[in-house]
Amino acid sequence: MTNARARRQTLAQIFRWPLAIGVLSTVGLISALVGDGLWDAVSWLALLLPILLYGWFLLRPRR
Amino acid sequence: MGPRLRGDDSECVENIVVISGTRPLRRWHWVHKWSSIVCTAFMLMLCITGLPLIFHHEIDDLLHEEVKAAAVPAGTPAANLDQAVATVLAKFPGQVPHFLIWDRDEPDALMVSIGPSINASPVDNRIARVDVHTGAFLDSPDITGRFTYFMLKLHTDMFAGLPGKLFLGLMGILFCVAVVSGVVVYAPSMRKLRFGAYRKDRPRIVRRLDVHNLAGILLVMWALVVGFTGVINTWADLVLKAWQYGQLAEMTAQYRGREIPAKPTPVQDAVDVARKTIPHMQVAFVAFPGSIFSSKSHYTVFMRGDTPVTSRLLKPALIDAETGKLTDSRDMPWYVSALFLSQPLHFGDYGGMPLKIIWAILDILTVVILWTGLYLWLKRRKPATGAARAGTPAGARPIEGQVVTS
Repeated sequence: MTNARARRQTLAQIFRWPLAIGVLSTVGLISALVGDGLWDAVSWLALLLPILLYGWFLLRPRR
Repeated sequence: MGPRLRGDDSECVENIVVISGTRPLRRWHWVHKWSSIVCTAFMLMLCITGLPLIFHHEIDDLLHEEVKAAAVPAGTPAANLDQAVATVLAKFPGQVPHFLIWDRDEPDALMVSIGPSINASPVDNRIARVDVHTGAFLDSPDITGRFTYFMLKLHTDMFAGLPGKLFLGLMGILFCVAVVSGVVVYAPSMRKLRFGAYRKDRPRIVRRLDVHNLAGILLVMWALVVGFTGVINTWADLVLKAWQYGQLAEMTAQYRGREIPAKPTPVQDAVDVARKTIPHMQVAFVAFPGSIFSSKSHYTVFMRGDTPVTSRLLKPALIDAETGKLTDSRDMPWYVSALFLSQPLHFGDYGGMPLKIIWAILDILTVVILWTGLYLWLKRRKPATGAARAGTPAGARPIEGQVVTS
């Protein structure tokens, strides 16, 4: 858990998170097109996620 | 020189390019490498010019004075359109009206697009802004000297017209190919790494690789959508030509060969008829008889809906400019709708200021991906400068020297 290096992973393991983020991004891209207000907010959150993850993975303290 | 590779770094170098990859995988590497190399310089330019374009309204507001429309209470009726046009033509004698445009983001101003003759190319048209409610002339700024105009021209066609557009579209297709092939080569690179791994204590090339992989995989969907909708936008001229010679020609077939009426009916009447015909929609755009988006015998009144999606889709109503009667109204064909829908998805202007800011950050992250990708390619091209460990035992894992030649 503390090491960035894992055992050899399967394709399913490698793409589990990317797939989830891809689906959320798609939801975010479409959501603001569908409506205003809440739909916009869903869009902001879903598309903010990759940005936050990028920052988190680069800046997280060493364990 | 950066830090030397450590003993077990040969393993992470293996992660950079999979020497032991199967033949199809090597092909994907080749595809990723070359599609990226060809488009990277142009993609960097597109990201950099695209960044201010996300905020072009705000930048124009900041840099240029604009005469504002008068503040009026809600429900104030709109001024007569023919009077508004006459006001503009009085300011610019000898010009003729081509289009009336209602900007979604500026409901208090009407834009009148005028040219030296009805046959002149509308590309060089002048735009005059008129107060929607009072009908008063506001201003007619020359936008061609503006910073945002310069960025827009660079971004859309590099001042090279249609060939420039289509060329950038080709670069966009290569970018999409690079994204997809990047996903494929991501897998072997991450075999032994957790999602989001960033090995900050490793040499720079490893860190850059991790950043490239991380930002790349996080942005896949956004980059694909913005990239591909950008490609579709480069086909806008062709799509509109196809509509002109397809649906528009079909709808006006029985009027072919006629001349523009000497005394056309008022444009206000044409708009009123269109409103009555399609009551649940608003007027977005009017093309005058003889202009490129109409026939010589018609006003074409384009209507739009009021949700984020339907406000992008236009429905034309053709009004006979001699009788003032509606002759036809149809939904636009799918390829025009696809073009209209691809625009917000490319511009990011459909979810308020927060979405624009998110768009800008994602744009900057795309620059990071392009930059780290370029760095990795340049580093691997050079023979490993002291990076490859001397005296690697035979049969050991591949080292960078071999990576370079692959």
